[in-house]
Amino acid sequence: MSKIFKYLLGVILTFVIIVGFSFPMVANPQHWYEFPIIPGLEEKARNIFFHVPMAWVSVIAFLTSLVFSVQYLRTRDYQNDIKSVSAAGLGFVFCVLATVTGAIWAKFNWGAFWNWDPRQTSIFILLLIYGAYFALRSAIDNEEKRAQLSAAYSIIAGITVPFFIFVMPRMMSGLHPGSAGDAQGKGPLFESKGIAPNMRVLFYLSGLCFAALFFWMWNLRVRVETLLWKKQELA
Amino acid sequence: MNSTIAIFLKDIRSELRTRYALNSLVMFVITTISIVIFAIQAESPGSLIYAGILWIIIFFASMSGLSRTFVSEEERGTTLLLQLSAKPSTVLYGKMAFNIVLLLGLNLFTTILFFLFVPEFTLRRPDIFFLVIIFGTLALAVTSTMLAAIVAKANTKGTLYPVLSFPVLLPMFITVIDATKLAVEGAPFSETLGNFQMLISYLIATFIASSLLFDVIWKD
Repeated sequence: MSKIFKYLLGVILTFVIIVGFSFPMVANPQHWYEFPIIPGLEEKARNIFFHVPMAWVSVIAFLTSLVFSVQYLRTRDYQNDIKSVSAAGLGFVFCVLATVTGAIWAKFNWGAFWNWDPRQTSIFILLLIYGAYFALRSAIDNEEKRAQLSAAYSIIAGITVPFFIFVMPRMMSGLHPGSAGDAQGKGPLFESKGIAPNMRVLFYLSGLCFAALFFWMWNLRVRVETLLWKKQELA
Repeated sequence: MNSTIAIFLKDIRSELRTRYALNSLVMFVITTISIVIFAIQAESPGSLIYAGILWIIIFFASMSGLSRTFVSEEERGTTLLLQLSAKPSTVLYGKMAFNIVLLLGLNLFTTILFFLFVPEFTLRRPDIFFLVIIFGTLALAVTSTMLAAIVAKANTKGTLYPVLSFPVLLPMFITVIDATKLAVEGAPFSETLGNFQMLISYLIATFIASSLLFDVIWKD
């Protein structure tokens, strides 16, 4: 089962990446393999298949880490701490990827790599939270204490995340779609009815696949860390 | 309730005995404001920039002072005694009350000093500014008390504290800086309402989270 899943994910993700880069963008799409040109974005619109899923996955990873932090505090099972840290570590990687892909997009669409748009601010904060979380972990020697305190910290940091992701970008003016003062009005960052059906399918497929990739990598990391922990226990 | 007050009074008493936090914080604020003045010299950056500078001073002053409550217990080895003699929640609320009082005093001092030394910093809506300082102080003190309890158990306390606090405090800081700018510009109260709603919901969220999580952090 898991083998089929792995191969399937590999094939679909390859498909998503190749299609995302290679399907032609034409003014009047006639075939299913043609994307419409979005005014103002043009070829740069392809980044939507990579940048947005990365941002989603980094938030999913953060929530996963948060859930297992809560689980740790409830059960005091060290396994949950391993799950929480592994998710946070991978989330950090995806967060960096989202920031980099976003910065490249910003350079060519808005003129600078970094503009302190509210959403750029929020991803910067997410990076800082991950950084602080690992700084805290490295500053505590006792395993149990480290697990407890970092779980508590990630919960406290977690309750501020909705302010960044959902409240602030809508309150402040910014460059991303959905900011206050946007021509299309305040609202969610992304409305699926605005884009062509074939782009929409690829977009959701990409989001799904990167999320699946995250859970696969997370599973591997958890297993490795658990083995290392057990080895240490035996030694 | 009684033991909360007892812990609050104990902290006040031990602070007045050593005046560790008080002295160093007052000196910190004076030093920072004079550095700002020396750096700016003849330039006049305008009230909007000064609003930001004021909150920078408040942030770093609180980062250097607010962790004392828990770190000093840890340093003097009195943590265990406190754990035995009081319930965790009363310890948290007592320390929180102490930090609120300390920070309110400090921020009052900072703003008065700021108004004295920076005459260019003028407000059109002092009432909004006053409210911002009060709510900002409350949110800052409540959140940093909890983080101080975490930091007190870690190895590198001094440097870790601002690192941990900054991302958690940032939604609050962006809101208060924005509201202070509105107070400088003389915006009507209805325009700042969103900021206050955000500040109050932030305050409630962090207060509840602290109350729920403190048991975990406090018990060894």
